Amino acid sequence: MVEVQFRFRNDEAVNDPAVTVDSFAQQTNAAAVRIEPGDDARALLPHLERIALVEVNFPAWTDGRGYSSARVLREAGYTGELRAVGDIAPDMLGHLQRCGFDAFAPDKALNPADAEAAFGRWNNVYQATVVDGRQAIWAKRHPAA
Amino acid sequence: MYKYDEYDQEMVDTRVAEFRDQVRRRISGELTEDQFRPLRLQNGLYLQLHAYMLRVAVPYGTLNSAQMKVLGDIADKYDRGYGHFTTRQNIQYNWIKLEETPDLLAELAAVEMHAIQTSGNCIRNISSDQYAGAAADEIVDPRPYAELLRQWSSFHPEFLTLPRKFKIAVIASEKDRAAMKLHDIGIKMVRNDAGEIGAQFYVGGGMGRTPMIAPMIREFVPLDQLITYSEACLRVYNRYGRRDNKYKARIKILVHELGKDEYTRQVEEEFAHLLTLPIEPPLAELERIKTHFVEPAFDAGASDELDLSDPDFRLWVERNTHAHKQAGYVIATVSLKPVGGIPGDASADQIRLMAQLAKDYSFDELRVTHAQNIVFPHVRKADLYTLWQALDAAELGTANLDTVGDIIACPGLDYCSLANARSIPVAQKISQRFGSAEKQAELGELKLKISGCINACGHHHAGHIGILGVDRKGVENYQLLLGGSEGADTSLGQITGPGFDEDGIVNAVEKATNVYLSNKQGEERFLDTYRRIGMAPFKEAIYG
Repeated sequence: MVEVQFRFRNDEAVNDPAVTVDSFAQQTNAAAVRIEPGDDARALLPHLERIALVEVNFPAWTDGRGYSSARVLREAGYTGELRAVGDIAPDMLGHLQRCGFDAFAPDKALNPADAEAAFGRWNNVYQATVVDGRQAIWAKRHPAA
Repeated sequence: MYKYDEYDQEMVDTRVAEFRDQVRRRISGELTEDQFRPLRLQNGLYLQLHAYMLRVAVPYGTLNSAQMKVLGDIADKYDRGYGHFTTRQNIQYNWIKLEETPDLLAELAAVEMHAIQTSGNCIRNISSDQYAGAAADEIVDPRPYAELLRQWSSFHPEFLTLPRKFKIAVIASEKDRAAMKLHDIGIKMVRNDAGEIGAQFYVGGGMGRTPMIAPMIREFVPLDQLITYSEACLRVYNRYGRRDNKYKARIKILVHELGKDEYTRQVEEEFAHLLTLPIEPPLAELERIKTHFVEPAFDAGASDELDLSDPDFRLWVERNTHAHKQAGYVIATVSLKPVGGIPGDASADQIRLMAQLAKDYSFDELRVTHAQNIVFPHVRKADLYTLWQALDAAELGTANLDTVGDIIACPGLDYCSLANARSIPVAQKISQRFGSAEKQAELGELKLKISGCINACGHHHAGHIGILGVDRKGVENYQLLLGGSEGADTSLGQITGPGFDEDGIVNAVEKATNVYLSNKQGEERFLDTYRRIGMAPFKEAIYG
């Protein structure tokens, strides 16, 4: 089992074995699911209430489908743990967080100093992803709008 | 032009610090070259045949004098005294040292420039019409929309690792000067029946090994939904674009395989969903950006008179200037294609001279064109002769815009690690063969484009005459294409037949132009004649 190296949640960690997206609908007692790059995250939307943990796998960090999966789930109101697993480049941690990830379990533990720098890199951001709770630069420029 | 505020400045400064940290980790060995590669590519740094190459972004091709001067200084300080202007309105330096790049980027940031997302599988620098804000035929200045998109696409967390690179162009006139339909997303600003401005979206165009012309997927996106619609287009691509095969990963393949209608349906579905979320900047933000693009203080009484008694000047005016929307002014283009030269190259001194001349004669503004030339967008006719003399004295006065001498060429095998064949020597030979003013005048508008490999950085598919360099059993071989166009009448060139060696391709081009000259009717351009008479007579002359 890969260690969760960073977690930004106060609730108890869920460590149920994660089932595949395909089998999840049938396994009515499962609370953890794992999304592979080719899976459609929207297939989980009817079941969000019983999910406590979604793992999104990055076999290679350069495959960006997991970023969309994360936002799709958060935009639909998913509030459970959203964990990035696999090949996680420290340079991408801040971007993953902005797409809604709140836990990180890299295959190989990251240098803590690099990770800390990456999480704190961007004081401001150009886009509203909504799911990161951050205010975009354009919103700061037009506070009344 | 656009001026950074504290936020914009902080973003580029932060990026410099981040890249400095990445370079440090690479040099210390913490990062392997494999790990570093996608990171450096996100910042325009390629490892080429002889050295690192850095591509610097020129957003929508617009520069001020101070920026241009720094580009010249960088050429001296970090390169071998040259810069190479590219087909995406950017500039590249071919002799860069890795350890010096953070300092170079810091010098760029000091004049509000950067190399953010100029390579890698992300949204690239947004390109636009080089005559934006000056052309008589535009309905609005397209650059504020391009700037809005630039900010949205910079470090967009969801779209930094797309299946493949992603290029967006924005135009706002009927005449397409930016090859808009050959982009991943081409946006044409239009006015609807109610008189409102909106964005028309074309998605899935591109060149490369599978050239495609983008179909229109939405006639009108209201301005207060522009970012949301773009985000929907990108999300569908990020989720479903192919990642199994690098050569099938561009959005054009997805649009082609799904079909335009199904892709559009998916985008509309995603769009409807995203409209429920507060992700769109308020129109006030667009208005703020627009205030940076107000017209310069034109002299309303500027004279339309032009003394054309100097024949060399007259030729340059006829070839290299374009109508301005303001009476008494013209748009002047500096050709970076002297006879026998390297297309798009300029020396540090030439770059600095153009910076100074723009300050003196063009309201401090310059543009880079996708044909690898430099534009002075707002020149008073009364100043034009002085400007031309200064340019001509620095070998920047070549009068060959849009003629056979105005060749687009990629760096080719002289620099590029992807290339199969050299492009520059072929461009130089053709430029010499057709170097005389008489020959160029006789041939009129003739767009010739050369790529040194199938990736088509030299836009060979879109040339009236295109040349594609390939590797045939270890020998450089050049294929000839005819009939391409990048304008409002976009078409893809067709290959004539078997390829040629370096001298053979130059001869073949000459034969093709002879067919044109003997078949030309009235004011027909090469392209018009080709479209009327078809490939057969050309084939016969070239291979017969």
